[in-house]
Amino acid sequence: MTATALQQEAQRAKRRQQIGGWLFVAPVLLLNLIVVVIPSAIGLGMAFTDWSGVGSMNFIGLANFQRLFQDGVFFKALTHNLLWTAFFLIVPVALGLLGAYLLSGIKRGQMFFRVAYFIPYVIAAVVNTQLWRYLLNPRVGIGPALSQCCGIEFLNVPVFGSRDLALLGVAFVDMWHFWGFLLVLYLAAMSGVDIELYEVARLDGAGRWAQFRHVTLPSIRPTLVFTILMITIWSGLVFDYVFIITGGGPANASEVMGTLLYTTAFQRFEAGYAAAIGIFMALWVAIATGGFVLLRKLGWEV
Amino acid sequence: MFRERRRVSTLPNYIILTLMAIFALAPILLLVSGSFKSTAEFTISPFALPEELLWSNYTTAWEQGNYATTIRNSTILTSFTVLFTVALAGLAAYALSRLNLKGGNIISFYFLIGTGVPAQLFIIPLFYIWKQLGLINSHAGLIIIYVALQAPFATYLLRSYMVALPQDFIDAARIDGASNVQVLREIIIPLSWPGFLTAALVVGLFTWNEFLFAITFLPSPDLKPIATSLYAFQQRFGRDWGLTNAGSVIMIVPVLILFLLLQRNFIEGLTQGGLKA
Repeated sequence: MTATALQQEAQRAKRRQQIGGWLFVAPVLLLNLIVVVIPSAIGLGMAFTDWSGVGSMNFIGLANFQRLFQDGVFFKALTHNLLWTAFFLIVPVALGLLGAYLLSGIKRGQMFFRVAYFIPYVIAAVVNTQLWRYLLNPRVGIGPALSQCCGIEFLNVPVFGSRDLALLGVAFVDMWHFWGFLLVLYLAAMSGVDIELYEVARLDGAGRWAQFRHVTLPSIRPTLVFTILMITIWSGLVFDYVFIITGGGPANASEVMGTLLYTTAFQRFEAGYAAAIGIFMALWVAIATGGFVLLRKLGWEV
Repeated sequence: MFRERRRVSTLPNYIILTLMAIFALAPILLLVSGSFKSTAEFTISPFALPEELLWSNYTTAWEQGNYATTIRNSTILTSFTVLFTVALAGLAAYALSRLNLKGGNIISFYFLIGTGVPAQLFIIPLFYIWKQLGLINSHAGLIIIYVALQAPFATYLLRSYMVALPQDFIDAARIDGASNVQVLREIIIPLSWPGFLTAALVVGLFTWNEFLFAITFLPSPDLKPIATSLYAFQQRFGRDWGLTNAGSVIMIVPVLILFLLLQRNFIEGLTQGGLKA
């Protein structure tokens, strides 16, 4: 065989490899296109119509968005999403950091604790919600039990039926299943911290808190910032726990954008208006991600 | 003396860590304990142990909750979703990691964006498209959705395993004239099977537990998986705590057994999903 023939042969093999490669990627791409990309594009268009889900579809311009900004229930839901974000950025992050820091300081039993904290995270939302609806029930739960035995009254209330407590109660249940996951993420990050840094800090007379603040936290910053981004995104999209426990009630007291969109689309049959809420939720994700990317561009090592 | 001081100083760690473990596990144990109680016992205290193990809660829940059917439904949804997701993601990951695909970076980026699109943006149009196609109340219809939603993540996970494989093996096989498929079958899959196991577990767990798409796309009671039929069951027997607790425990037993057996793979897969998604 001549040199050119060899080259041609090699090139043909390369082309075959390229075509084969594209064939291998095609099914995943195609499925994603059908299930996510095309419906998302339709959703963007649907938000400018008065479609109910059946029958005629009329273009109504920005009317859905005008309605959205005057809709008291939507604003309530949005506010609840913001409160939810604040709650999740504080409580589970604090629990996760504390637990991971303590856990990284021990050797014996580390595996056991890690598994124990992670278990609620693998249990389905329908079961976790059942569990807490049972334990926080005003008739059979821990509230009346604590009241009877020890006179502790603060839990002896119908948490999920109360306008003041429903949102906090649902957020607590979701948080209970989530904080262990954060803990394991932080633990993995902390195990990568150079032990010598701690020894240097100890020699400088740093206590536990000072070591945590000046060695641990800066070292795990990428993970920390990333979890903050994920929590912000998820808090805008939350659905399961709220829908199952309260359905957004009582009287919208625990309504979030996710439950409002769902009932608007599938129970009140206002597909167009619900699509507008969907765009708003996508915007939430885009803003959170954009902020993250911007911080990175500005030179933050995250 | 230094060592002595260190041992003493970890005691507070253990105390707080134990309290946290109780916070995580005690509610689950109370649920299990509450699944064996008679209706009369629920007025006493959730902390009291059941006087005797009332297994009839389980048999009644099994029948009333139609578990023979719903477990079959969940098994169908989960096994086919896992099979197709891992197979298709395996192919894609192979192409992206090993075939020097032109435009591969764009695809990886697209997957990243694709997983970031919230379900709420596309679920309404998707519902009406599926309705037109006759895919509502169809297991196949929901499996397609699950595969599409999870394949990008699984691809990402598997790619990270395949990138780490030694190129020498593959080059040697190529010189021997092996085709793409042969390289995949003879070298890539055998060497990266822990990745496949991890991906399968994560996808399986997600599918078994999934709620939003299941309740939207499978409204018929005969087709519901455990998650959404349990939801309906809880609403029907709201005050019968022994029954609904037992029905809930049935759903988590297989998950907990698998998790305790393969917790390393589970934790690795789920935290990677959180970290790199």
